[in-house]
Amino acid sequence: MREREDEWTGLMRSAISGDSAAYHRLLKAITPVLRAAARRGLARAGQPIDQSEDIVQDILLAVHSKRHTWDVNAPFAPWLFAIARNKLIDALRRRGKRVFVNIDDFAETLPGEAHEETASASEIATHLNTLPARQREVLRSIAVDSASIKDTAAKFSMSEGAVRVALHRGLANLTAKLREN
Amino acid sequence: METDQLIRTLAADNTQRAQPVGFVLMLALLAAAPISVLMFFTELGVRPDVMTAMRNPFFDLKFAVTLALAASAIAVSLHLSRPEASLRGFGWWLLVPAGLLVAGISGEMMMPQRAPMMTRLVGNNSRVCLISIPLMSLPLLAAALFGLRHGAPARPAVAGAIAGLVAAGLAATLYASHCADDSPLFVATWYTIGTAVVAAIGALIGSKVLRY
Repeated sequence: MREREDEWTGLMRSAISGDSAAYHRLLKAITPVLRAAARRGLARAGQPIDQSEDIVQDILLAVHSKRHTWDVNAPFAPWLFAIARNKLIDALRRRGKRVFVNIDDFAETLPGEAHEETASASEIATHLNTLPARQREVLRSIAVDSASIKDTAAKFSMSEGAVRVALHRGLANLTAKLREN
Repeated sequence: METDQLIRTLAADNTQRAQPVGFVLMLALLAAAPISVLMFFTELGVRPDVMTAMRNPFFDLKFAVTLALAASAIAVSLHLSRPEASLRGFGWWLLVPAGLLVAGISGEMMMPQRAPMMTRLVGNNSRVCLISIPLMSLPLLAAALFGLRHGAPARPAVAGAIAGLVAAGLAATLYASHCADDSPLFVATWYTIGTAVVAAIGALIGSKVLRY
């Protein structure tokens, strides 16, 4: 457990200093842990666990948009679990359930739970449709068609900088829409 | 959307850097300060005997208290803007301005006074004080909340209340240069009530706008 969390901290440090591959690996590594905790939270609240992926994606977006609040000298896991806990409580409240989420729900994920296929959720996809056309197209191209920034720029005859800006604004808009919900 | 797709998209956006919360908070406060200063000079203004007043240690103490409040509230609010932070171990910063006030009150008690205690406490400006500190705080409160929105506070209402203390501390600093009531008893009573009002407004708005 300790080792895993140290690895996360190392990956996040690299990510903050600009290593996008490390960032990708970190997000992949934390997702099964978040998923297991979201399922446990839903189950405990008597909710169907098939909504867990919306919560996972909500947490990932929050981690992304708030990663500047992480102190590079602090361990990553407590920061992550604080955000995850906050988002899980939020999600359960929105479903009309008052529950207490134990922070250990995140820390105590069993290794067996960490091997999961990717899963799909509808909430972000729904909000994606309400974005301005340019942001929507760029996000779709990168997310759904797995195109790189460069390919996306060529496809829409935009500069790479403009693609980056559209991507960033699109993600910020998605985050805001999820928060308004 | 599949979670793997989302992850890939987030990783592609890693090059975009956000500014630290402290930087955004400072910029927002700097942008809002001229509005409060303008309100101060159009409605109140510096008291005419300011040059003599400056030789009175109790006049100077007002600024020590209000600036200490603003500074400690800024430090605490930046701490609280992190998702895993709590007030524990950090809240004692807020005792610094309170401690200065208590020291001032004890100091004044030990000196011979022309006016009785209640007269000093009630003063002549309590109404103006109660109105102008919250009013001049409002632009600064909006700025502080805007700055903290850039963070990820675990307890939005608490962070909002601290934002209120930041705004009230700065507004009270302006007000202190107008007010002719210098007794620490006056400050401890009326400034505190005005500040509490702003903190309550901050908590109320913060609980809505500081959720992330």
